[in-house]
Amino acid sequence: MSIFLDEKSTVIVQGMTGAEGTKHTKRMLASGTKVVGGVTPGKGGQSVDIDGHNLPVFNTVAEAMSATGANTSVVFVPPKFAKAAVIDAIDAAMPLVVVITEGIPVHDSASFYAHAVTKGTTRIIGPNCPGLISPGKSNVGIIPADITISGPIGLVSKSGTLTYQMMYELRDIGFSTAVGIGGDPVIGTTHIDCLRAFQDDPETKAIVMIGEIGGDAEERAAAFISEYVTKPVVGYVAGFTAPEGKTMGHAGAIVSGSSGTAQAKKDALEAAGVKVGKTPSESAQLMRAILGR
Amino acid sequence: MDLFEYQARDLFEKHGVPVLAAAIATTPEQAHDAAAKIGGKVVVKAQVKVGGRGKAGGVKVAENATEAKEKASAILGMDIKGHTVRTVMIAQAAPIDSEYYLAILLDRSNRTFLVMASVSGGMDIEEVAHSAPEKLAKIPVDANLGISAQKAKEIVAAAAFPADVAPQVEEVLLTLWKVFQSEDATLVEVNPLVKTVDGKIIALDGKVTLDENAGFRHPDHEALIDHAATNVLEAAAKEKDLNYVKLDGQVGIIGNGAGLVMSTLDVVAYAGEKFGGVRPANFLDIGGGASAQVMADGLSIILGDSDVKSVFVNVFGGITACDAVANGIVQALELLGPKATKPIVVRLDGNNVIEGRAILKAAAHPLIEQVDTMDGAANRAAELAAK
Repeated sequence: MSIFLDEKSTVIVQGMTGAEGTKHTKRMLASGTKVVGGVTPGKGGQSVDIDGHNLPVFNTVAEAMSATGANTSVVFVPPKFAKAAVIDAIDAAMPLVVVITEGIPVHDSASFYAHAVTKGTTRIIGPNCPGLISPGKSNVGIIPADITISGPIGLVSKSGTLTYQMMYELRDIGFSTAVGIGGDPVIGTTHIDCLRAFQDDPETKAIVMIGEIGGDAEERAAAFISEYVTKPVVGYVAGFTAPEGKTMGHAGAIVSGSSGTAQAKKDALEAAGVKVGKTPSESAQLMRAILGR
Repeated sequence: MDLFEYQARDLFEKHGVPVLAAAIATTPEQAHDAAAKIGGKVVVKAQVKVGGRGKAGGVKVAENATEAKEKASAILGMDIKGHTVRTVMIAQAAPIDSEYYLAILLDRSNRTFLVMASVSGGMDIEEVAHSAPEKLAKIPVDANLGISAQKAKEIVAAAAFPADVAPQVEEVLLTLWKVFQSEDATLVEVNPLVKTVDGKIIALDGKVTLDENAGFRHPDHEALIDHAATNVLEAAAKEKDLNYVKLDGQVGIIGNGAGLVMSTLDVVAYAGEKFGGVRPANFLDIGGGASAQVMADGLSIILGDSDVKSVFVNVFGGITACDAVANGIVQALELLGPKATKPIVVRLDGNNVIEGRAILKAAAHPLIEQVDTMDGAANRAAELAAK
C-alpha cells in the first residue's frame, strides 16, 4: 500500500506541451508512471510523441478523463494560467490534482482551494510543491525517482530538496510514499491530511514530518499527532536562523512577529512525543533507531 | 511586500475608502508647503514599516505650516527601531469621537480570508485579541464569494458597531474588500478607523501587504518598492533573479531549494557555536537547475560581501545531477578568476554524486575543499570562517 498514489494511478499532464511539462512527462514515464495524455487548451486533437509513447492532447480535463480514464492530474501550467487549469480539473471532478507551479498568486490558490472544498470531489496537492512518489509504483511531479526504494517510511514535507535529502539519508530502508505538500501560504493538502493517511496505511510503519518557518501548520499537526497518530513520528524543522519579517525562498516561509518560528514548531512537536532532530541527518538517525536499522 | 502608510492611504483613496487629505514630504520645506496647502491643523507622521512610532516620537501635531516644518525637521532622519525615517506624511487633523478596528487578511490556518473587526480600536490589536478576545469579531470570508452588502451587514452586527455608524462601516467594508481583492493584498488593516465628532467614518491609519506573486497582474506595484531600504547585495541579487537574503554572519551560503538552504543556515549556526559563534552570512537559493552562469552569479554576490570569510556550497543533486553542478562550480570559478579569494567548502550528494565529486577533484582548484556530509561540511566552513 501507499497513500494517494499507487501502480493503478493513471495520469494526465496539464501543460504537457510546454517545456517544463514535456521534460517532466519524459521523466515520469521513465520512472514507470502511467502517463496517458495531456491537456493544453487550444491544442486538443493533436498528439505528442515522448520517448516512444504517443500521448493524446485534449482541450479540457473532462475530455481527457472520458477518453483515458485518468484519475490523477499534474499541473505544470505557468502561474498566470494555473488557476484556470486547476478549476478545469476540479470541475471535471478529477480525484487528485498535483500542482507543481511555483509563484501562483495566493488569491488564486485560495479561490481554487475554496472551489475544491465546495465541490468535494478533488484532493489538491501543492501548489509550489515537488509532487509525490510511491517508489516502484508511481511518481507524479518532479521528485527524482531513483533516490530510493519502496519501504515502510511515510514522508511529508513542505520542502522539495529536504524531501530528496531525507529520502537519500534513508534510501536503504525505503518509503511507502513521500509527499511534498509545498511551501505556499495556502496549500491543498496539509501535514495533517498526510499524517492521517499514513496512520491508516498498513504498509507505513513510521513517519517523517519535515516542516519549516511560517504559519502554524506544524503546531496543528502536533495536536493532531497527540490525538490520532500511534505510529512513531520523527520530525525536522528548518529555519531557526531565519530573521523576522523576511521571506526565505518559499512564499509561505516567513516569521511574522513572534509567530511561525522554528522553535515554537519544534517545541509543539516534541510536546506531542515527536522526536525532532537538529539536522536532517540527526532526524534520519532517530528514524533508524526507531526501526532498528 | 509591506507598504508605507501613505502608500496604503493612496490605495484606499483610489478604491473609495474614506481618508483625510494628505501629502508626503522628504524635507522640512516640503512639509511646510504640504501643510500650507492642506490648511489648519495637521499631523506629521513618520513613514516607517514598524509599529510603535507614536511612542518613539514619530507622530506630532502641528497647528500650522511653520510648526509642521519644525516637527518634520525633528522627525526626518530619526531612527525608529532600526528604521531611518526618510519620509513624513502630512495629514489633515480630525477631531476624533471614537476609534474602531477593521482588517481583511489571509487566514493561512483555515486557508481562507478573514475579517477582524472591533469597536475597541486604536490600540495594539494583538493585545485586544489576548486580553479581551470577546471584543474582536472574526468572520471568515469565502474567497469566491467575497464581501457582499449582506456579508458587510453580518460583520458589522457581529462586531456590534453602533447603529449611527453601521451604514458607513458597511460601505467601508465593501471598499476595503475592493482594495484587498483587486490589488491582490494579503492584509488590509485600518487601525484606527475613526468616527469624527461630526459623525463621519474615516480610515486614519492603514497597513497593506501585497502579494508579490501577483506582480504580473499589477505592473503599477513595482513603483511601490522601497529601494532606499533594500540592501545593496539584495538589490544586486534581485537583478540577477537570485533568491537572496542578507544575514549578519560570516559563512556565505549557496544551496538548491528553499528548505535545504534554510536547513543549511541552521546547521552552520550549530556548527559555528564551537567556533566562537560563527553564523551564516546569507540565504541564497539557486533553485533546481544550477547552471554554471547561475552558480557564477551566486558566487560573485557572496564573494562581494565583505562580511564573508568562507563559503559553503550545499547541493543535493535532484533533477540537476551532481556532475552538472560540479561543472557549474568549476566554470563559475573560471568566470570569476582572481575575484574568487575565499575558501569554498562544497558538499555534493544525490544523483551522480560520484561523477560530481570526481570532477571537482580533477579540477583541483586551490580554494575548493570537498566534504561528503552536510554536517561535516558545515563544521569545516564554520572553522574556516573563524580563522
